[in-house]
Amino acid sequence: MSDREPTPTPLRLRIPQPARGKHPPDRVRYISAAGEMAKPALDEKVERIALMRKQLVRVLDEDGSAVGDWVPEMSVDEKKQGLRTMLLVRSYDARMLQAHRQGKISFYMRSLGEEAIACAQQAALRPGDMHFPTYRQPGLLISSEYPLVTMMNQVLSNAEDPLHGRQLPVMYSSKAHGFFSISGNLATQYIQAVGWAMASALRGGTEIASAWIGEGATAESDFHAALVFASTYQAPVILNIVNNHWAISTPEDFARGASATFADRGYGFSIPALRVDGNDYLAVYAASQWAAERARTNLGPTLIEWITLRVGAHSTSDDPSVYRPPEEAAQFPLGDPVDRLRQHLVHLGEWDDAQHEALQEEVDAQVDEAFAEASSHGSVKSGDVGSAKTMFDDVYAELPRHLREQRDRLEELP
Amino acid sequence: MTSMTMIEAIRDAHMVAMERDDTVVVFGEDVGYFGGVFRCTQGLQERFGDHRCFDTPISEAGIVGAAVGMAAYGLRPCVEIQFADYMYPAYDQIVSEAARLRHRSAGDFTAPLVIRMPTGGGIFGGQTHSQSPEALFTHVAGLKTVVVSNPYDAKGLLIAAIEDDDPVIFLEPKRVYNGPFDGHPDRPIVPWSKHPLGEVPEGHYRIEVGTARLHREGSDLTVLTYGTMVHVAEAAAEEHGLDAEIIDLRTLVPLDVDTIVASVTKTGRCLVMHEATLTSGFGAELAATVQERCMFHLEAPIIRVCGWDTPYPHAHEWSYFPGPARVGYAMRELMDA
Repeated sequence: MSDREPTPTPLRLRIPQPARGKHPPDRVRYISAAGEMAKPALDEKVERIALMRKQLVRVLDEDGSAVGDWVPEMSVDEKKQGLRTMLLVRSYDARMLQAHRQGKISFYMRSLGEEAIACAQQAALRPGDMHFPTYRQPGLLISSEYPLVTMMNQVLSNAEDPLHGRQLPVMYSSKAHGFFSISGNLATQYIQAVGWAMASALRGGTEIASAWIGEGATAESDFHAALVFASTYQAPVILNIVNNHWAISTPEDFARGASATFADRGYGFSIPALRVDGNDYLAVYAASQWAAERARTNLGPTLIEWITLRVGAHSTSDDPSVYRPPEEAAQFPLGDPVDRLRQHLVHLGEWDDAQHEALQEEVDAQVDEAFAEASSHGSVKSGDVGSAKTMFDDVYAELPRHLREQRDRLEELP
Repeated sequence: MTSMTMIEAIRDAHMVAMERDDTVVVFGEDVGYFGGVFRCTQGLQERFGDHRCFDTPISEAGIVGAAVGMAAYGLRPCVEIQFADYMYPAYDQIVSEAARLRHRSAGDFTAPLVIRMPTGGGIFGGQTHSQSPEALFTHVAGLKTVVVSNPYDAKGLLIAAIEDDDPVIFLEPKRVYNGPFDGHPDRPIVPWSKHPLGEVPEGHYRIEVGTARLHREGSDLTVLTYGTMVHVAEAAAEEHGLDAEIIDLRTLVPLDVDTIVASVTKTGRCLVMHEATLTSGFGAELAATVQERCMFHLEAPIIRVCGWDTPYPHAHEWSYFPGPARVGYAMRELMDA
């Protein structure tokens, strides 16, 4: 090395760290005021929509007023129905968590704090559309009036479980309710949703697909495959990214990298992308409706980053106190989705504390009643499961010889 | 009957299946406008339109993932992975999704799709254009795995695979696309037009998935094999003056156990062969199956002749490929045991 060459700089990496005890002030970036964001035309140029990726679509202001371009056309009854559904999801989640603590189920994952996104989007879509959900959208099923007892039977893995105890709790499936079978392998469903939407368009159908993914799983390559296909074929699909800020213990920085937002991901694929307050039921409904309308009129895919917070643990198998600030939910700048819709209804003069308490009691009673019925069928913990023989069914459409022989062997065992 | 290459037979199978069922869609890298790098889908887009046969981005995970979604919608996708060596990015979609969808949803959603891939060596393709990954599929519950060796079977099996309600992995040894390669690279290529299995019926016919074919009847020993090695086995047996019974398995899962047992019970000697690497290859499954079911009829230990456990080489292709010399040597060993 000659004397004139500078001393080489040792190379270093940036390793993002969990927030642990303290709450970083920029935890949620780019919070626009309610009503601040204009609503673009459905066929607005992607370059103009791209300006929105560092902003936030919000409808409900701090007083509970619905303001701005994005205020959706919704009746008071529809809003009350939304509140009821979110409360039902929350009550269901709480009851299942309790069942886990009581040792009645093996595993559970709550959607606490994220209820508005699934419930309001389901309300904005139509029967026949197909969701490809993650494990944190039970609101899609509950909003479409899938029976709570059936959901609970799946969670209990009992003899009445429609999936015959084959899947972990919360990995529901219901074609009739537009809810694709959940995979524990993250992100696989994202490109499948695009494929489903492509099929609908190839056949000249009218149904659209809705793909769901958490912000952490956007790091998977299937996410990128999905965006390429959606962009190339202009598939009629809504590409939801639920940014709840946590991928088990790692903060959003890991999947986002040095980008400003996850909505940024859309721009490189020329997919219009919105960034929306996911705890604002009206904003979720309006943005979902906008994206669905684009899909239904052959304007192609829309990516939506929903800003929310995973209030609970990742699952019943982890302890978030090790890696996240204790006051995070209380300090979350977008508040709680149930409180905010309740406040809006109060603001409209359509709701009061007594009504709310009555509704809470009603949904709790509904959940208790359903759980009593589901529990009467037992659970995986009590050994009240279906016949083990059923594990050989549905591997193939017809039972092949080798599986028949293996099933026979299982039966022969003393 | 028309004389066809295996490429033409595969193309014809697509035509027949797409004509009969408008839910059959075909896509993959270069398969649409161009008709595939091996020309197996040539003419499909022209005949059926770009909503039935189309090109995709270079994304195997995208191709199979989209196919799973389309199958869940109600279509019957038949997709091409350009070389089996490029399958790995799609493996999660194949193993965790296509193979398990019916089971995990208790039949609520299904994935009736076909994933075609050219496999095997003999074309100086090096390690990224020569692999035979069939064992990576046969190990997965929920998949059916087919390997074809000739035009007649290729057409009937591809039609049956497309009509099958389960996901089928359809492997096409590229060395036999244009003729029955006997393992002698220095000899002139024999075209399918001079081989009886190059005679292909017109229109629709099925060869059922899960059925083996008795390729050559014999009494000295049984050869269990598939794909290119069927023809290599035939040449090796002739060169060594052995009356080999050669079974072309055609489908690896579900396996036609009865045909295997009947033959080994008769000959008492069993040679297992494939191009894929030896260790944990499908040959191990075959050897175990024969041992379990034919133990007391065996007059000699089962011998496997397979690819060496190395990456597929470029310059040393013919030292790697289990050609007639290696196969013949093993046959003699088996007869002398």
